[in-house]
Amino acid sequence: MSDAVTVVALLLVAASATAAVAQRDPARQALVLSFLGMVLAVLFTVLQAPDVGLSQLAVGSALTPLLIMLSVRKVRRRGRTKEERT
Amino acid sequence: MNRLRLGLLAVGGAGLAALLVAACLDLPDFGGSRHPYGDRAVRASLARHIANTIASVNFDQRAYDTLGEMSILFAAVLGCVVLLREARDERRARPEPAEVVRPVRRYALLVLPVALLTGLYVIAHGQLSPGGGFQGGVVAATGLHLLYLGADHGALERVRPLGFFETADSLGVCAYLVLGAAGVLAGTAFLANTLLPYGTFDTLSSGGTVPLLNAAVGMEVASAVVVLLAHFLDQAVEIEEEPGR
Repeated sequence: MSDAVTVVALLLVAASATAAVAQRDPARQALVLSFLGMVLAVLFTVLQAPDVGLSQLAVGSALTPLLIMLSVRKVRRRGRTKEERT
Repeated sequence: MNRLRLGLLAVGGAGLAALLVAACLDLPDFGGSRHPYGDRAVRASLARHIANTIASVNFDQRAYDTLGEMSILFAAVLGCVVLLREARDERRARPEPAEVVRPVRRYALLVLPVALLTGLYVIAHGQLSPGGGFQGGVVAATGLHLLYLGADHGALERVRPLGFFETADSLGVCAYLVLGAAGVLAGTAFLANTLLPYGTFDTLSSGGTVPLLNAAVGMEVASAVVVLLAHFLDQAVEIEEEPGR
């Protein structure tokens, strides 16, 4: 039974990681990354490592996507002001 | 030159791959009943009345490693603060307060206290249940930023005095170092957990110095993440390049 859950979690991780790589728009990539973080947290919990799962949930699905989104916003805003000037 | 570099990378990569495969072949079987490391770690953790073995590994058996990780985070955040500061050719522009959709506002303000409380709970129960200073610190610090979603940047800046969090960040690192040095002064070793009584198993005060080290890490991580996000937010929302350059 627990083997089946592990396999499902592993497959989900592989699928969402591939989706994160295949997605080319950074803002959408951040969202997929957030989902990947959540699935990874589930995988770690299934493998009896709730401590690592909790770290993954906090950093991988909240903090990293947030930092990416803020960087994307900064870069786009900068591009916009440059365009206005020229 | 480029080909030489690629060749060097290939040699290094092949060597690393070979070593990793060799190491994996020697690991205990997946899902087996023999746990040589686990058994030893659990025994050492129970001897010091720590219910969460991971906390015992992090803050007692390998407390020195945690000091290294903590310094890495501290240095990384310091580097980001230096890189993201307001430069000479940049200026601050107050962003216009934006309209927040009502369901988003309601959700954010409802979840904000829950997230903060969860973070503090996870920090406080580090030596009892899964979690600890690092996880709880990140949860509490990111939870605070729900205020940015629910209200706006100005509201967040009012409840988040940046100087206070920068001081708390350094104080957390110092507290960890002082607790380590206290072991030396008491005549044992740096970061040795022999200073305080081990207490009753499975209570908040059990485990000697582990809850204190855990609290120091929680304070450091929470403040570091707040400072980091504050500088990213400043760059994303407020700071813009000086026109005419």
